[in-house]
Amino acid sequence: MAEFRLPAKSRVAKGKTHGAPGNVSAPGKVRQFQIYRYDPDTGENPRLDTYAVDTGRCGPMVLDVLIKIKNEIDSTLTFRRSCREGICGSCAMNIDGVNTLACIQAVADIQGDVRIYPLPHLPVVKDLVPDLTNFYAQYASIKPWLQTRTPPPPPDRERLQSKEDQELINSPSACILCACCSTSCPSYWWNSDRYLGPAALLAAYRWLVDTRDEATGSRLDDLEDPFRLYRCHTIMNCTNACPKDLNPAKAIAATKRLLAERRL
Amino acid sequence: MSLKSPLGRVLGLGSSGTGTEHWVGQRLSAIALVPLTLWFLLSLLAFPALDFYAVTAWVAAPLHAVLLVLLVIALVYHSSLGTQVVVEDYVHAPGPRTLMLIILRLVHIALAVAGILAVFLIATRAPL
Repeated sequence: MAEFRLPAKSRVAKGKTHGAPGNVSAPGKVRQFQIYRYDPDTGENPRLDTYAVDTGRCGPMVLDVLIKIKNEIDSTLTFRRSCREGICGSCAMNIDGVNTLACIQAVADIQGDVRIYPLPHLPVVKDLVPDLTNFYAQYASIKPWLQTRTPPPPPDRERLQSKEDQELINSPSACILCACCSTSCPSYWWNSDRYLGPAALLAAYRWLVDTRDEATGSRLDDLEDPFRLYRCHTIMNCTNACPKDLNPAKAIAATKRLLAERRL
Repeated sequence: MSLKSPLGRVLGLGSSGTGTEHWVGQRLSAIALVPLTLWFLLSLLAFPALDFYAVTAWVAAPLHAVLLVLLVIALVYHSSLGTQVVVEDYVHAPGPRTLMLIILRLVHIALAVAGILAVFLIATRAPL
């Protein structure tokens, strides 16, 4: 049956508190950050550590705070980050109850204490680093590359595409695979072993509507499955969560329409 | 522990090539249920008295009998599809899941037979 409580070893305990710095830049600038900590080497349960950070001496985004904590308060804090401008998708995490990118989430937009957890319902490697192996394998499974039967044009020629054709794939190909959408989807939480999830389905849609691709039929064949595609129950958390303002729910609905259309 | 590759695990047993009919059926039955349920509820409310003779006579009217059978079919079909999804979503142990899916299917077949037969028997009995 579905699990309604976390397994005993996953329940979050109360952790340490790291106090405020001595001289504060301005009154009211010290904010509390509650951060999920898990160390696989100790065998202890995860805990929630609290850090007081002077946001007057720090960049505006949550990622800036995390980097400040790692540099100045607690070097054991572990998280992924790279581009710090919302294009790499590395710093996806659950901030204030919402999956988003730490680098484009302003601290000032969050009321009260800032709670930071790893992306929900994934195995945790350490602290804010989740295991995305299954997520990436699902992306690979939809064959995210151009498939054609028409012989390729000579090397000095392109595969032609109209402006309107390109517009079809503009939005879905802007996905950065941060996993915010898939890990916000309850259906993905319960059945991620068989349900591909919004991110992989958005990627699949990107190739379904690519006018240069000639494998639309076999792509649809691969998706036509009660679990792979139809576990989507139009909950739309994916579209709410997407930090790039993409619309996976609409792409999934369009995929379902294509499957219905080819039967009529 | 399995050393099967992550991609191998995702590809699993492959695509079953089904699900579209289920999805279309659920939506069509939902659309059909809107007028049928409204008609049924409004008819019940419009009854001057809910006594045995008045209700059976109402059911026996040909148009009402046809609409009632359609209501039973749409309702049971929709419920069958919906409860199947609930079990698939939340029951993960393969044994109990298969068992529950079979039981659900049989219960819904029985409900459909009982509903249709009830309308048929009322509609075909001699007026009292």
